[in-house]
Amino acid sequence: MTTLEKVKTEWFSNVKGDVLAGIVVALALIPEAIAFSIIAGVDPMVGLYASFCISIVIAFIGGRPGMISGATGAMALLMVTLVAEHGLEYLLAATILTGVLQILFGVFRLSVFMKLVPRSVMIGFVNALAILIFTSQLQHFVGETWVMYSLVALTLAIIYILPRFTRAIPSTLVAIVVVTALAIFMNFGVRTVGDMGTLPSTLPIFLIPDIPLNLDTLAIIFPYSLALAVVGILESLLTQNIVDDMTDTESDKNKESRGQGIANVTTGFFGGMAGCAMIGQSVINVKSGATGRLSSLTAGIVLLGMIITLQGVVVQIPMAALAGIMIMVSIGTFDWSSLMNIHRIPRSDAAVMITVVSVVVYTHDLSIGVFAGIIMSALFFAWKISKVKVEEHFDMKTNAMTYEVHGQLFFASVEDYLDQINFDADVQKVTIDLSNAHLWDDSAVGAIDKTEHKFEQRHIEVAITGMNKESTKLMDKIGGLSKASGH
Amino acid sequence: MYKNILLAIDGSDHSYRATEKAIALAELTPDAAIEILYVVPGNKSKSDVLHYGDSDSASRKRTKMLQEYEKMIKEKSIPVETTVLHGKDGIAEAIIAHANEGGYDTLVLGSRGLSAVQTMVLGSVSHKVMKYVKAPVMMVK
Repeated sequence: MTTLEKVKTEWFSNVKGDVLAGIVVALALIPEAIAFSIIAGVDPMVGLYASFCISIVIAFIGGRPGMISGATGAMALLMVTLVAEHGLEYLLAATILTGVLQILFGVFRLSVFMKLVPRSVMIGFVNALAILIFTSQLQHFVGETWVMYSLVALTLAIIYILPRFTRAIPSTLVAIVVVTALAIFMNFGVRTVGDMGTLPSTLPIFLIPDIPLNLDTLAIIFPYSLALAVVGILESLLTQNIVDDMTDTESDKNKESRGQGIANVTTGFFGGMAGCAMIGQSVINVKSGATGRLSSLTAGIVLLGMIITLQGVVVQIPMAALAGIMIMVSIGTFDWSSLMNIHRIPRSDAAVMITVVSVVVYTHDLSIGVFAGIIMSALFFAWKISKVKVEEHFDMKTNAMTYEVHGQLFFASVEDYLDQINFDADVQKVTIDLSNAHLWDDSAVGAIDKTEHKFEQRHIEVAITGMNKESTKLMDKIGGLSKASGH
Repeated sequence: MYKNILLAIDGSDHSYRATEKAIALAELTPDAAIEILYVVPGNKSKSDVLHYGDSDSASRKRTKMLQEYEKMIKEKSIPVETTVLHGKDGIAEAIIAHANEGGYDTLVLGSRGLSAVQTMVLGSVSHKVMKYVKAPVMMVK
C-alpha cells in the first residue's frame, strides 16, 4: 500500500461512521475528563484540555486508528500527591517528561518488553484501577443528604436501563442532562462541578511550565513521570490489543508508544494533564461504528466546541451525576470474569492478581503494584521451574544405574537435582541421561561437573548422555571439566 | 431439505446440544453441510485480551475452542466450515446479517438460558435472531 492509499483508508474510508462515533465519544468524554481532573486534584479544565489535545494529536500520529485517548483515571490517580505537594506547574512539567520517556520507549521499540508483564498482573492492574476509581468517589458521599444519594442512584439507573430502549445517544449523557436539569429546576442546592474549580472559556494556549529548570525539579518530577510513562504505555497497549481484537485488524505498537509520548508532550505545553488510551471510550467508539482516525479527531474538536459553548451549563452539573458515572466506569473497568474464574486459574496466578490489587489499593500507585506483580510472578516461575524430576532405572545384570533427568537445570534447581542422585549406591556404572533436561547456566554446568567428580571419587564409571545442542554449547563455553564438554 | 445449515454457537454448554441437533438435521439430507458461526461479542474482546495476552492469542484460543465442534461434525463425515465474526455492537446483529446474506436453509442456535436479570442487562440474542433471521430458526435449549 502506498502512503497516500494508507492515509486514505485510515482517514476517509468510513467518514460517516467515524464522525458519528466521534461525536458520541466527545459527549461521553466530558463527564469523565472532569471527574478525572477532580480525582487528580486539579481544575476540570486541566482534564478537558488534556482530552482535547491528546485525542487531536493521537488522531494524526497514533498507531491504532479507531482508538480513543485522553485524560484517564489510571494516570490521574498517579498524580494526586504531586499536585497536592507541588502544584499544577510541576504536574505539567511531569506530563512533558512523561511524554519524552514514552517517545524513547517507542523509538527504542521497547513494546516487546510488554511480554514481561504477565496476564495475571494485567488483570490485577485493571481490577485495582477499578477499585481505586470507585473509592476515589467515596469522598463525595461524606456528609451528604439523601438527595445526593438518590441523584447518584438515578444517574446509575438511567445509565444501565436506557440502553435497553435506545442506543442512539450515550446513556451517560442523558443521565447527566436529566440529573443536571433536575438539580437546577428543583433547586436542590447540591454540590456541583463549579464548586470544584474553574472551567475554560478559551482555547488552550502554549505555555512553558513555570518551574525552576534544575536538578531539584527533575528529582521531584522524574519518579512521577516514570510511573506515568509506564502505566500510560501499559494501558495504551492493552487498549490497542482490545481494539485490534474488536476490529480484527493489526496495528503498530511502537508507533502508538511514540504517539502517546508526542501527545503527552503537547498536552503538557498546552496546560493539560498526562493521559493515555481509554479502554472504555475506545470500546464505545468502535461499537458506535468507528474504524478510522477521523473518529479521534472529531471527538477532540467536538469536545472543545462543547466545553467552550456549554461552559455555563457544565459548571452546574451536580457532583452526584459525576460520581454515578465514575461508579459506572469502575464497574465497566473491573474484569468480572477474573472473579468468576478465580477458583479455576492456577493458585500462583490468583495470588499474583490479588497481590497487585492489594499493593495498589494500599499504595494508591498502579506502577508499584505492577512492579510487585512482575517480581512475584518471576519468583513463582523460578520456583515452579526449579522442580526437577529424576527417574532411576537400575539394571541388575550389569549393576548399572541410569538417572533420567527431567526439567530445567539452573541456579535454582541444581540443589533439587543433586539431592535426587544417590552417590553412595553400590553400583559399577552410572549414566546421567539428559535427553529431557536443559542446562541454562554456570550452576547447571557446575552441577554436572560435581556429579561426575563425586562418582569418580567413589570409583564409579560415569557417562553423561543425551545432552542437547545448546546445553553442549554452554558446557563448552563455560569450560566445564566434564568429559561431556569435550575437554 | 436442509442442505446449508448455519450453526451459531458461543462455546457454552448449550453449544454441544446445538451441534448435536445440527448434525441430526444434516444427516436427513445427502450432501448437507454445516457452517459453524462464532461471534466475538464486543465486550468479550476486553476480557479475552486480558486473559490470553493479546489479540493473536485470543484468536488462537477461539479457533481451538471451535475445533471441538468441528471434530464432532467431521466424525459424522459432514462437510464443515467455520466463520468467526466480530460483533462490535451486538452478537444478534452480526448473526442476523450473516444468516440473511448467506442463503442458508436453516439456522441452529444454542440458547444460553439466561435468567431474567441477565436478559435485562445483556439482552436476549435468541429473541432478536428469531425475529429477524429469514430462514427457519431452531433454538436449542
